[in-house]
Amino acid sequence: MSISKEMRSDIEERYKRNLERPRIVVGLGTCGIAAGGNKVMDAIKAEVAKKGLDVDVDFTSCIGMCFAEPVVEMALPGRASVVYGGVGPENVVQLIESHMVQKTPVAEQAQIQILGGAEAYEGIPAMEKSEYYEQQVRSVTWRLGRTNPERIEDYIATGGYEGIQKALTMDRIAIIDEIKKSGLRGRGGGGFPTGTKWQFVHDAVGDKKYIVCNADEGDPGAFMDRSVLEGDPHAVLEGMMIAAYAIGADEGVIYCRAEYPLAIRRLNMAIKVAEEMGIMGENIMGSGFNFKVRIKAGAGAFVCGEETALLNSIEGQRGMPRVRPPFPAHKGLWQKPTCLNNVETFANVPNIIRKGGDWFSSMGTEKSKGSKVFCITGKINHTGLCEVPMGMTLRDLVYNIAGGIKDGKKFKAVQSGGPSGGCLPTEKLDLSIDYESLGQAGAIMGSGGLVFMDEDSCMLDIAKYFLNFTQMESCGKCTPCREGTKRMLETLERICEGNGVPEDIDNLERLAKVIKTSALCALGQTAPNPVLTTLKYFRDEYEAHINEKRCPAGVCPELLNYTILADKCIGCGVCIKACPTGAISGEKKAVHVIDPTKCVKCGACVPKCKFDAIAKA
Amino acid sequence: MPNVTLTVDGTQVTVPKGTTVVEAAWKAGAFVPTLCHDPELSKPGACRICVVEVKGARNLVASCVTEAVEGMEVQTSTPAVIEARKTILELMLDNHPEDCLTCHQAGDCKLQDYAYFYNVKPGAFGGESHQYELEDDNLFIVRNMNKCILCGKCLRACEEKQGRAVIDFAYRGFKTKVTTALDQPLADSVCVSCGSCVAVCPTGALTEKAMLGKARKWEIEKIRTTCPFCGVGCNLDLNVKGGKILGATSNPASPTNGRDLCVKGRFGIDYVHSPKRLTKPLIKKNGAFVESSWDEALDLVATKLGEIKNKFGSDAIAALSSARCTNEDNYVMQKFVRAGIGTNNVDHCART
Ligand SMILES: Cc1cc2nc3c(=O)[nH]c(=O)nc-3n(C[C@H](O)[C@H](O)[C@H](O)COP(=O)(O)O)c2cc1C
Ligand code: SF4
Ligand code: SF4
Ligand code: SF4
Ligand code: SF4
Ligand code: SF4
Ligand code: FES
Repeated sequence: MSISKEMRSDIEERYKRNLERPRIVVGLGTCGIAAGGNKVMDAIKAEVAKKGLDVDVDFTSCIGMCFAEPVVEMALPGRASVVYGGVGPENVVQLIESHMVQKTPVAEQAQIQILGGAEAYEGIPAMEKSEYYEQQVRSVTWRLGRTNPERIEDYIATGGYEGIQKALTMDRIAIIDEIKKSGLRGRGGGGFPTGTKWQFVHDAVGDKKYIVCNADEGDPGAFMDRSVLEGDPHAVLEGMMIAAYAIGADEGVIYCRAEYPLAIRRLNMAIKVAEEMGIMGENIMGSGFNFKVRIKAGAGAFVCGEETALLNSIEGQRGMPRVRPPFPAHKGLWQKPTCLNNVETFANVPNIIRKGGDWFSSMGTEKSKGSKVFCITGKINHTGLCEVPMGMTLRDLVYNIAGGIKDGKKFKAVQSGGPSGGCLPTEKLDLSIDYESLGQAGAIMGSGGLVFMDEDSCMLDIAKYFLNFTQMESCGKCTPCREGTKRMLETLERICEGNGVPEDIDNLERLAKVIKTSALCALGQTAPNPVLTTLKYFRDEYEAHINEKRCPAGVCPELLNYTILADKCIGCGVCIKACPTGAISGEKKAVHVIDPTKCVKCGACVPKCKFDAIAKA
Repeated sequence: MPNVTLTVDGTQVTVPKGTTVVEAAWKAGAFVPTLCHDPELSKPGACRICVVEVKGARNLVASCVTEAVEGMEVQTSTPAVIEARKTILELMLDNHPEDCLTCHQAGDCKLQDYAYFYNVKPGAFGGESHQYELEDDNLFIVRNMNKCILCGKCLRACEEKQGRAVIDFAYRGFKTKVTTALDQPLADSVCVSCGSCVAVCPTGALTEKAMLGKARKWEIEKIRTTCPFCGVGCNLDLNVKGGKILGATSNPASPTNGRDLCVKGRFGIDYVHSPKRLTKPLIKKNGAFVESSWDEALDLVATKLGEIKNKFGSDAIAALSSARCTNEDNYVMQKFVRAGIGTNNVDHCART
């Protein structure tokens, strides 16, 4: 079967008609559900039934505003649809009454409105003019939060499966050339040119070839791929199909971590319905091309995101990286030529085939084309998922999209690329977000995790956090990574506990160098980056910890001292009561003192003192 | 096979295509240490001690898993290489007991040799080291996982040579350890005690229980012989000190079996010095065995066999000989039965 013109226009017609009806749509991605989206959904359904309203109640995935979850969209015919944030079951009655019945949006709770050609409301920012979205592009993420990911009709009505239909009429090499022309580079972290990889697999000799989608996403704080899978599963499948056709594969595997049950469920639904409709399976759309795909749930080891460890894991082996070469393009899954790409990489492909490589390469910088999805987290006002054109500066990202640093604090650093990446300081804020610039600064683009830190963050503490992660997630195969990251971590721990010595910095640098140059896989080769970049940009903090036994940010508990400032203390005694260990003493109306041998540095006294007399240093 | 020519430390060397860089380097006379590399096993490139510099490569290169290619320029002892090797050794020693004094492997231990050669001492970085219990539940093998450097040779030998796959890596990161399934004692696993893992272990992590504390490696005289247990006829080296057999080890140069032996050949040779061995013939008299002389015993057997043959004919007699006897003994046996007794009733435990 194929998707005929009539069928497509029929589906589009119905989709449009539905958009014109009164609608309430709840964001039910993992983030929305975690924030209580299902309860909101239940309350909405109950209220709509109670009022007997003629309103469609539907759900979508995460639109990206994780900071505003649960998110609910309300739309009336002919009017812009309004996206409300922070909706709880308790708001539902009022919101429905006001918006759906009285036709008056609740502007205070509205985040944005989506015009789509309809009449706008006063006083609510339009999506593309809102602080969060103004500088974003919505290319690979555009269906997220806009369509129902569990309905293939929504996908088809919005141009879905046009890419594979077009590809099936193209020469295989022409497809690969189009991907090359687009300049698309792997979104999984390495940034390898996708078209070139496809060419390698295409040219590799083999009776059987595989497509593998890397949906392992193990970086702490990263959820780009999860959001894409939950919000647009068919786009990933379509991207895989196009790749399969181009390189001559007929079988695909999606390696998705088992901690993503919703993504797995939606993928399974998508596969099933695509097979039922003849979009996937034997003789796809009458072209003679066969393709089937299955999901392998991974047990959640970071190293299984490394492509060769991932292949081992699919084969039922322990997830340990293989020696490369041979690369998967030549000897991959079951030793057959294998094209392995990231979720976001595949999800970009249908658009590129539909709209052409030139369309994609019109965005971005000279060497980094297109857009990139980032997960922005940490001490910023807007944590969430955003998509920006390559080449945007970090400054624009922090101060516009992310809404600046929380509580009016100062920006201190951003960790780009997760545990394999690096911490960049204020001086690097004007860096362009692209593979080369971030790499030159000692960080990496990585898969798109950005963690922002404010002035209260201790950079050693941050480096320690990431190193602890890589240390535990090291597969244990090679000596430099297995033993070396452990020693680096222990050294950092010692320094943070106040037992550092000046040689520790030399030791850290030597270990970092040896691990980077001699570890087997990129996990180890990049594991020292957080330490190296913090050493490069925040060396004074290391020196303060080591030489002065002081944590400038006031984070490392062993280096903290709580003291009472004599000129501020009036001797009220409130702190005495707050201290759980009885470390504070003093006569009434006389200056109090803290006994450092009894103080456990819990900080409980600080907020209790009305005179700001207790100092932490 | 076509050849490739490369330079190692400035010396040109030509090797067959497909040769690894480390083999080419050795051929060129360079010293490159290896720990996880084994010519008979698959190559994981895990320990990283064999790193070298290759012109144009971004990082150091593990020479044991890199193919030598035409025109390659290899440096085996640049400062970066030496620093990496020393650091890797330091990292190994920091997580290793300082036990060379009483370790059975001393004198035949690659870790000890390389530490000596590179003048690397324990304690460079300090920190936590493994404190596993000694595992001596198996009758023949003692496992001291504190001395294990996780080269993985044992598990590859077990899987690739013995087809057993009894042991594998478990846990992750610093906690990685070679264990049986579910980290159960070896004695409770499907291990057949062939000792192939012991044979390949480059350190004192795996040792032969029977030999512990009996001889330093350099005191042992190795005497090549054929295993007396079965018709496969494996070669083995008797480990002898002071005229006494301490045990047996395999020898990679053995034409029949290389480093492989089964539990009997590797660990069963202790019977030689057993006080329970029969050294004189026994004749049952009045229901009890009584020591006798060879003459008396042979006379008795000859008389009885003669009586049976005369009374019931030659075919009333049959003989079964043993694979544990030499070929010559077996030859004489069948000759005696056929020509002496006159029957074809002769068989042998290893006939099939
Ligand atoms: C330790 C480690 C973890 C990785 N994790 C992921 C991951 O979770 N997802 C991913 O797509 N790529 C990950 N990668 C990169 C993959 O090895 C591989 O380069 C990528 O999936 C290729 O696809 P791409 O070219 O489309 O980016 C990881 C690499 C390393 C070394
Ligand atoms: S670098 Fe780390 S994760 Fe990679 S193979 Fe070595 S031990 Fe395993
Ligand atoms: S295994 Fe080697 S290095 Fe370790 S104690 Fe024994 S002889 Fe020394
Ligand atoms: S003794 Fe043999 S079967 Fe047992 S673990 Fe060692 S190699 Fe495997
Ligand atoms: S026990 Fe021996 S052979 Fe096995 S991994 Fe450890 S050091 Fe290597
Ligand atoms: S070692 Fe085992 S297999 Fe080899 S000859 Fe002896 S008994 Fe036979
Ligand atoms: S000997 Fe080459 S990596 Fe171990």
